[in-house]
Amino acid sequence: MIQLIDIHKSFGSNVVLNGLNLSIEKGKVTVIIGRSGGGKSVLLKHIIGLIRPDAGAINIDGKDITRFNDRELNRLRKKFGMLFQEAALFDSMTVGQNIAFPLEEHTKLKSSEIMEIVREKLAQVGLTGIENKMPSELSGGMKKRVGLARAIALEPEILLFDEPTTGLDPIMSDVIGRLIVDIQSKLDVTCIVISHDIYGTLRIAHKIAMLHDGLIIESGTPEEIRNSGNPVLQQFIEGKAEGPITVL
Amino acid sequence: MLYLISYVGRSSINLVREMGRTTILLLQAIAWMILPPYRLKAIIKQMEFVGVKSLSVVILTGIFTGGVLALQSHQGFKLFGAETLVGSIVALSMTRELGPVLTALMVNGRAGSAMAAELGTMRVTEQIDALYVMAANPIKYLIVPRIIAGVIMLPVLTIISDFLGIIGGYFVGVFLLNINSGMFVANILQYLDLDDIFHGLTKSLFFGLILTHIGCYKGFYTEGGAEGVGKATTEAVVISSVLILISDYILTSIMF
Repeated sequence: MIQLIDIHKSFGSNVVLNGLNLSIEKGKVTVIIGRSGGGKSVLLKHIIGLIRPDAGAINIDGKDITRFNDRELNRLRKKFGMLFQEAALFDSMTVGQNIAFPLEEHTKLKSSEIMEIVREKLAQVGLTGIENKMPSELSGGMKKRVGLARAIALEPEILLFDEPTTGLDPIMSDVIGRLIVDIQSKLDVTCIVISHDIYGTLRIAHKIAMLHDGLIIESGTPEEIRNSGNPVLQQFIEGKAEGPITVL
Repeated sequence: MLYLISYVGRSSINLVREMGRTTILLLQAIAWMILPPYRLKAIIKQMEFVGVKSLSVVILTGIFTGGVLALQSHQGFKLFGAETLVGSIVALSMTRELGPVLTALMVNGRAGSAMAAELGTMRVTEQIDALYVMAANPIKYLIVPRIIAGVIMLPVLTIISDFLGIIGGYFVGVFLLNINSGMFVANILQYLDLDDIFHGLTKSLFFGLILTHIGCYKGFYTEGGAEGVGKATTEAVVISSVLILISDYILTSIMF
């Protein structure tokens, strides 16, 4: 169970999170939706301790990680895997070396065993025989899948996804969505996805939370979200320029 | 007037903040240097990048600097009939001053800028965040090998530059300006102390630290996409070059 309690975060005069509260259930897919630039990535980086809040607590398995020192944070991060928006593959390393990296860092496995796991993880995301390719040779969708293979290399308990379908065609977006569901059920991990792809979200989420103006304004199952009377949420789901959220 | 005061105030705060962050990053890098695990492979890779790949530019700089020194000093010494002193002037200038400084400036332009650009790109494409997420400390993984490589390889490159500068001076002095070869060499041996070489190498060690640390610092804290990477790279080269020249004066006044 992950609990975010009264989280405040500002960058200069820009208030990003304004007393945010959210509970994330273990072993479920929770999707946080919201507008671009609304603080979703900032929220995700709080959960893994990359950003510390100005105020508030983040409890993971009952421990407030905002009080953790670097060593405790590193120990905690071994439980996490994260797929970044642009995959964040190390461009000086091959695909195989990228996936092997966390295994070489945190296990005492032999290189032959590591390569076996690399091949297995690649197969799990539907890729084979690309261990020796460089990230620059891959398409956007392949990079994301390699990023996912790297994120699950250590078989984490919690997986974070930062806009996993952004920049992909609808078919590849669906492939990534299915992979998230598939990996979640096979590994029984807690998945936290941030996205503004509402249709993909409704397909994969057990729970959806809407972030707006630094707060979670609504949360519930996909069904509850679809039937919500919240005008902001409805405008977001319907993708209309007119409504309580004004842009122009 | 109020604008001027606020501008000065803001600039001062930024300067102090930058100095603080630079110092903290350096101290963290030193701490991670001591703590295991030691990433020998990454250090050797960086030594190749800083040292071996800078060799051609250092060789050319050394030879031609020594040559031009011989040419210029010969003009002056000819007036007093002391042309044989050209050898010692070339040797002393190269070992004490030009070898370390020019090598550092050339390596800074090549490797310091590349470090800032590489780390800056890693920052804006979230590769540094990915290292944190995988519980791999980026300071240990990215910065420590680069600083160690700079501190080791700069003195090595400086020795090569010193030697080739003297050789360049010898060729110009002996073959073009017709200075007696024996006198040229004897003069160098008479006036050049081992201390001159060691002090020059000590300076180059500090220069190696400065250029790698500033390159890494600017890259590590890059903000703002491709434009930010370009800005960080330029700033790294300019700041390192200025710091190399300032520290050269300070170190020279302490050592010689």
